[in-house]
Amino acid sequence: MERPIKRDFKRPTHINDYPVGPQYEAGFLAETNASWRTFRPVIDLDKCINCLICYMVCPDGTIMKREGKVAVDYDYCKGCGVCAHECPKDAIAMIKEEL
Amino acid sequence: MKTNKIFISGDEAAAHGVRLSRPHVIAAYPITPQTITVERLSEMVESGELDADYMHVESEHSALSAAMGASSVGARTFTATSSQGLLYMVEAMHYASGGRYPIVMMNANRSVALPWSIYGDQRDSLSQLDSGWIQVYVEDAQEALDMMIQAYKIAEHAKVLTPMMVNLDGFILTHTYEMVEIPDQDMVDKFLPPFETPNKMSFENPKNMAFSSQPDDNTEFKYQQNKAMFDAIEVIENTEKEFGEQFGRNYHGMVEEYMCDDAEAVLVTLGSITGTVRVVAEQLRARGLKVGILKIRYMRPFPEKEIMELSHKIKAIGVIDKDISFGYEGTVFTNVNSALAKSNATIFKKNFIGGLGGRDITKAEIEKMYKDLLAGISTNGQKTVEFFNLKVETND
Ligand code: SF4
Ligand code: SF4
Repeated sequence: MERPIKRDFKRPTHINDYPVGPQYEAGFLAETNASWRTFRPVIDLDKCINCLICYMVCPDGTIMKREGKVAVDYDYCKGCGVCAHECPKDAIAMIKEEL
Repeated sequence: MKTNKIFISGDEAAAHGVRLSRPHVIAAYPITPQTITVERLSEMVESGELDADYMHVESEHSALSAAMGASSVGARTFTATSSQGLLYMVEAMHYASGGRYPIVMMNANRSVALPWSIYGDQRDSLSQLDSGWIQVYVEDAQEALDMMIQAYKIAEHAKVLTPMMVNLDGFILTHTYEMVEIPDQDMVDKFLPPFETPNKMSFENPKNMAFSSQPDDNTEFKYQQNKAMFDAIEVIENTEKEFGEQFGRNYHGMVEEYMCDDAEAVLVTLGSITGTVRVVAEQLRARGLKVGILKIRYMRPFPEKEIMELSHKIKAIGVIDKDISFGYEGTVFTNVNSALAKSNATIFKKNFIGGLGGRDITKAEIEKMYKDLLAGISTNGQKTVEFFNLKVETND
């Protein structure tokens, strides 16, 4: 299964649109959760060697592969910088978010 | 119809009812006076008579949590407890009902500490009316067996999907012996098809189970639970009817009215006390007193309609509560009185508190309750709460 990304979620308009109890399709991400990020990790793909150490250490599971390249899901990345700290090639820069 | 009656205790009858329902998973922790039920079930699993996984758990909280995990992906599950064990399960009880996992649980009604007591009353389960479980109370061992089978059918119904608690009075039912008809397995199989969960474990269609909610959605999930509980009333009535047709025993659904048609004074009962009240009511009838019984079977969903209808036919109603909500009244009475208020019935009402911590309720006491009710008819319907079997003088 591919790492899921945020999808459009049509809010229920009738009670029957709700599932029976709190169970639903796995990996259906309906909301984002990254508003407290102050620095964003930006990957320099020229330096990246696809070792996926960043994927292993990211505490939020927000590193993913898109079309064979390492990428960050900014909908959920909290900007902790662990990935940048651990990258053996210093391929990840932490850039201040513009408010 | 051929009969297959054996002489067993209420606990054993419950175990047979569970065996016949073919659960996949049983997770329970022994507690007096439920122990015999889970001992018999573990023996049945050990001998191969029952093809189920019997999970040994270290507590009641784990027992219900394990049952919940199994039930959530479609296993038919059973657990059983009593008193302190039930209270230890409480966190998981709300989880199970909110998750809509149709677990069936036997509860042996027993007093709760302090003072410590292993004997019966109904304070344990009545304290859990808001936990989202269907609650039925049985009168004898046969009803205990039969309700185990019915419970799965009701709880697993697609419109219900709500866990169900079958309550047996501790010792009075759990440890006394009766002749009990054991239904044929093939008849039970015909009555109770396998459980089809909407949440089967699947790699193709994985599900996110038991997720959290934001304020935007929580109310809707609770609305659904409430709706399912009300929808259960029709399912209970249909299940009862079908059971009666196939097995020849009928418990009359939400309540049983006994000699109520021309009754002036009716006693409301819950559980095994009904049997004793029947004897007294018959004796009083023979002496020309117009008395009857309303045996409440289900506390959730609550038989409001039945009580409202009855209130227009009678002149006095008494509720026997093996429970007291300190600072107010017996919980069964509170529920009954709410229905009476909606029916605008101006009848004499009285709440009899007793049978606590295993104290017997005698025929003489029941006769006095009926006499109190009949005498109260000429008064103007003030409700009173009375501890009817205090053995000492008080300052009241
Ligand atoms: S740790 Fe650095 S080099 Fe390794 S995949 Fe991540 S960004 Fe690329
Ligand atoms: S900054 Fe932190 S949360 Fe964001 S991708 Fe890197 S490790 Fe993950």
